[in-house]
Amino acid sequence: MLENSTGPVPLQAYLIVAAFLFCTGVWGLINSRNAVRVLMSIELMLNAVNINLMSFSSYIDGSVIRGQVFSIFVITVAAAEAAVGLAILLSLYRNRVTIDMESFNLLKW
Amino acid sequence: MNIAYSTELICFLILSAVIVSGSLAVVLLENIVYSAFLLGGVFMAVAGLYLLLNASFVAAAQILVYVGAVNVLILFAIMLVNNKEKLKPIKGLKTRKLISGGVCGGLLILLLRVSITTKWNLPGPSSIGEEATEIIGEHLFTDYLLPFELASILLLMAMIGAIVLARRDVSSPTAYLNDLKNQNSLTDKKIPLLSENSLK
Repeated sequence: MLENSTGPVPLQAYLIVAAFLFCTGVWGLINSRNAVRVLMSIELMLNAVNINLMSFSSYIDGSVIRGQVFSIFVITVAAAEAAVGLAILLSLYRNRVTIDMESFNLLKW
Repeated sequence: MNIAYSTELICFLILSAVIVSGSLAVVLLENIVYSAFLLGGVFMAVAGLYLLLNASFVAAAQILVYVGAVNVLILFAIMLVNNKEKLKPIKGLKTRKLISGGVCGGLLILLLRVSITTKWNLPGPSSIGEEATEIIGEHLFTDYLLPFELASILLLMAMIGAIVLARRDVSSPTAYLNDLKNQNSLTDKKIPLLSENSLK
């Protein structure tokens, strides 16, 4: 376990899982009509980025682990983003009585 | 050694299967409550991957922040806005899904190609394992001190902003009326978050 390069799981395996998670998040972000699901898709994408940071930090930067510090910051910002996003969603719902993304077109030209 | 290898491999395979299927289910399931609970499962599987990567502190932070805070917040939002509305059908939804699926598939292929064909600088320095928490603490209070303090200010701002955005504006009725006048597209009936009737 100490020598990560000799472990059974290569770095690329983590990158592939993270790429899949990110693409699923992008698809959900584009196609969801429920506004809560859009926020969930954003969380999925942030998690994919975190997996990438952590795997690089463990395999390439194993002695300094800057990637772990960065992923802690990402987690912090994600928590703040979720709180503000859901507050915006609540006030939108109070004004328009729907959570359909297609009806949130107040800022359209 | 052999048992450790196979255990790590099996753990990775199970966790990645949970992540892949769970994220697909989060995006594709009709019922949003199922999606929210599965999202918690995906977060926990990601924390498991962090444990495999020798990062116990970040795994604990992931469980605490994502499963304990973000997921609960999402569940509360679902409960507060859950009105089982029938979404109006819009034309071209199928083609939109197909096109975006193609775009995301292309992005996936691109990312896979990059991650497989790039010659990563392996093997790097050996992993420090259990001392990771101490080193994270040193980082946070020496060379990452400014981002750390900025993150705390950001959290405070987000908390105040969320409170201001989500509370009902009870103090200034004139502002409320002006809002109604300015935006014709507003529906007249406002549903307060916790009305007297819903409490009874």
